[in-house]
Amino acid sequence: MADLDQFRKDTRAWLEANCPPEMRKPMTKEEDTFWGGRNATFSSEPQRIWFERMRDKGWTVPHWPKEYGGGGLDGEEAKILRQEMAAISARLPLVSFGISMLGPALLKYGTDAQKREHLPKITAGSIRWCQGYSEPNAGSDLASLQTRAEVNGDDFIINGQKIWTSYANFADWIFCLVRTDSTAKKHDGISFILFDMTSPGVSTKPILLISGKSPFCETFFDNVRVPQSHVLGQVNRGWDVAKYLLQHERAMISGMGERGVGRPLGQVAADSIGTDDHGHLDDPVLRGQIATFEIDEAALACAAERAVDLAKAGQAHPAFSSAMKYYGTELNKRRYEILMSAGGSDALEWESERSKDGARARAWLRTKANSIEGGTSEVMLGIVAKRILDLPGA
Amino acid sequence: MALVLNEEQSMLRDSARGLIGTKAPVSHLRQLRDSKDPTGFSRELWGTFAEMGFSGLLVPEEFGGTGLGCVEAGIIMEEIGRTLMPSPFLSTAVLATLALSRGGTAAQKSEYLTGIAKGGLIAALAVDEGAKHRPLQTAMQATRSGNGFKLSGAKGFVIDGHVADLLIVAARTSGSPGEAGGLTLFLVNPKSKGIAVERTAMVDAHNAARIVFDDVDVTADGVLGEVDQGGVLLEGILNVGRGVVASELLGASEEVFGRTVTYLKERKQFGKLIGEFQALQHRAAHLYCEIELTRATVLKALQLLDENFEAAGPAVAVAKAKAGTTGTLAVQEAVQMHGGMGMTDQFDIGFFMKRARVCQELFGDSNFHADQLARLRKY
Ligand SMILES: Cc1cc2nc3c(=O)[nH]c(=O)nc-3n(C[C@H](O)[C@H](O)[C@H](O)COP(=O)(O)OP(=O)(O)OC[C@H]3O[C@@H](n4cnc5c(N)ncnc54)[C@H](O)[C@@H]3O)c2cc1C
Repeated sequence: MADLDQFRKDTRAWLEANCPPEMRKPMTKEEDTFWGGRNATFSSEPQRIWFERMRDKGWTVPHWPKEYGGGGLDGEEAKILRQEMAAISARLPLVSFGISMLGPALLKYGTDAQKREHLPKITAGSIRWCQGYSEPNAGSDLASLQTRAEVNGDDFIINGQKIWTSYANFADWIFCLVRTDSTAKKHDGISFILFDMTSPGVSTKPILLISGKSPFCETFFDNVRVPQSHVLGQVNRGWDVAKYLLQHERAMISGMGERGVGRPLGQVAADSIGTDDHGHLDDPVLRGQIATFEIDEAALACAAERAVDLAKAGQAHPAFSSAMKYYGTELNKRRYEILMSAGGSDALEWESERSKDGARARAWLRTKANSIEGGTSEVMLGIVAKRILDLPGA
Repeated sequence: MALVLNEEQSMLRDSARGLIGTKAPVSHLRQLRDSKDPTGFSRELWGTFAEMGFSGLLVPEEFGGTGLGCVEAGIIMEEIGRTLMPSPFLSTAVLATLALSRGGTAAQKSEYLTGIAKGGLIAALAVDEGAKHRPLQTAMQATRSGNGFKLSGAKGFVIDGHVADLLIVAARTSGSPGEAGGLTLFLVNPKSKGIAVERTAMVDAHNAARIVFDDVDVTADGVLGEVDQGGVLLEGILNVGRGVVASELLGASEEVFGRTVTYLKERKQFGKLIGEFQALQHRAAHLYCEIELTRATVLKALQLLDENFEAAGPAVAVAKAKAGTTGTLAVQEAVQMHGGMGMTDQFDIGFFMKRARVCQELFGDSNFHADQLARLRKY
């Protein structure tokens, strides 16, 4: 306990001394997030300073081993760091699919060589990853994917198409599901493979979203040559790796609503709508909706905290991340419906200085994908029904 | 503190579950209801509770109790929620015990707490006056008379008021309804002149009372805590009450949900188990999520009540509100998914439906607590 108290004091002092004031505000626009990568640019000097200091401290990924550039913190310490960062609204210095998705899978399934090769580049933000899972005919039914990899000497030759690949046009490497045995049952012929997006034969084409952004792409593979040593885990056993990674992806998505939120919703609404003589929000129905929302939000935060504690106690159910993903994303959509309602006509502006180029409206539209990406709400409920409640049927 | 039960707490849960599950399954409540039992609970079983140390769970050790905390009280209440066992645990072992141990003088404590721990004394808290829980609206007057007070007014929804040996009554010594200041708590003997107690058997076959006070004399040593300063003490007691009632709702939700999931795996229609229908799977999975969230909020609130009960207000509001809506959903889905069976008196599900409705209302429903949270967060 004394050690943890000391750790908290030191952490607080370090953050105080090192986190630039500009990095202590909720993120509002896309450029506020630093994704790293070979072609990364910083949107501001404070963003660069903050990233570099955190990287040098090992705190881009505080709980990974130091040998890979992580911070080597244990669960309690990492929790304290999160709390202290939240207390000053410090931004995440680096956001990356390498950290939230691939990393955990590499740590579990990677060979020594693979870990040494890839993990330090993730913590240092020098390589940006994208996720090649979905295909035009394999979304919720992911295991029906058709992109194929055929053995050719020491290599695989990969052909096929992926879709909805987030930021494929900015990514340096891709982690990708490919079919390596088309005669096996659909889950048994898939491999998980890593390769460089600059490999000959890889091309991408952005897709425009309703939010006016195009964060994801169609991705094409035309005779892409990849060494067999780039397979993560065993050949034809990629589904295990894919599922493990999805658990982390789902946990990450369920927490998205909590990030960079800043002020409580009730306060945000009071600022724009005003209050009556009792100090109550001048829209009683919305006030009730917000309070009910905030109850669920607080409940989700408790459940997230408990999930971590259950994991530590060895009592966590492996499918619980699906429950959290479902609840967290539905809640985040509700949050943005309320934010739009609280903002009224101001929140509808799309191209104006005042609205930071329609930041709120665009974010509202973006949240609609939360219950689709990483597995839809319907699929999450199906997993809970079958794996946790043990209900019958396929 | 980790949001999971520790080893001792898990053991307490197991022993409570064992005792309550065998001695007081839902059939116990059914039997009490059908026989129109005048007490409405089993005194013998309450004696066993005392022997197990449950009635004195929150009583400090110097008065013969076990001196445990709110988390432990919540554990017992959750098990009570699973079988709906009627008992004075909430009224006596939780509310009255806290009121006395937090607000009582040395003399008051030694007079009553030992009796509670032994299981011989039953006490009830009288707060509500209207149909909805509005503690600040307390209007009942306590006017000075000699060196004591005279109480006049009426209380309703007094849990276990029909059998109480001691009443803890909130009344106004100054201020007017709606104000936080000016409330005082009194220890009153229900046999005193001027008191009329009417038993109100409720929809869930549990008991409360309406109590009318007509110029009832209370001496100065009947004041619990400070005159005019009872509001804070009362709020603290109510918050623990809310936290443990949330536990009871959680226990009831879990139990009906467990029964429902079992039914989904047994009942066949259209040549399939009904649990194969995705429409039902998704609703069950959603309810599972609600229950898991509720569990986390309840444990959080109880832990905070033990750590620093003055700061636990928002967490308690969240837990009670959440448990209320989850409980309501759980019993409704249970009846619906059991089809016609769920509507029959012969089947137990209805008992949970009724009890959840009572627990929702007790010490503030979900709307009350949502409003409370909004006030605390100043919007
Ligand atoms: C913003 C965003 C980012 C994404 N990023 C990536 C990425 O980086 N890499 C990647 O590979 N993929 C990515 N995806 C793809 C995502 O994983 C898929 O969109 C998702 O799995 C759903 O597949 P689908 O779009 O083909 O919908 P479909 O599977 O066609 O689903 C259509 C509808 O049918 C429902 N449905 C389907 N099956 C069932 C069932 N069994 N029971 C009940 N309902 C069902 C779905 O819930 C949905 O409502 C991203 C998606 C979005 C929106």
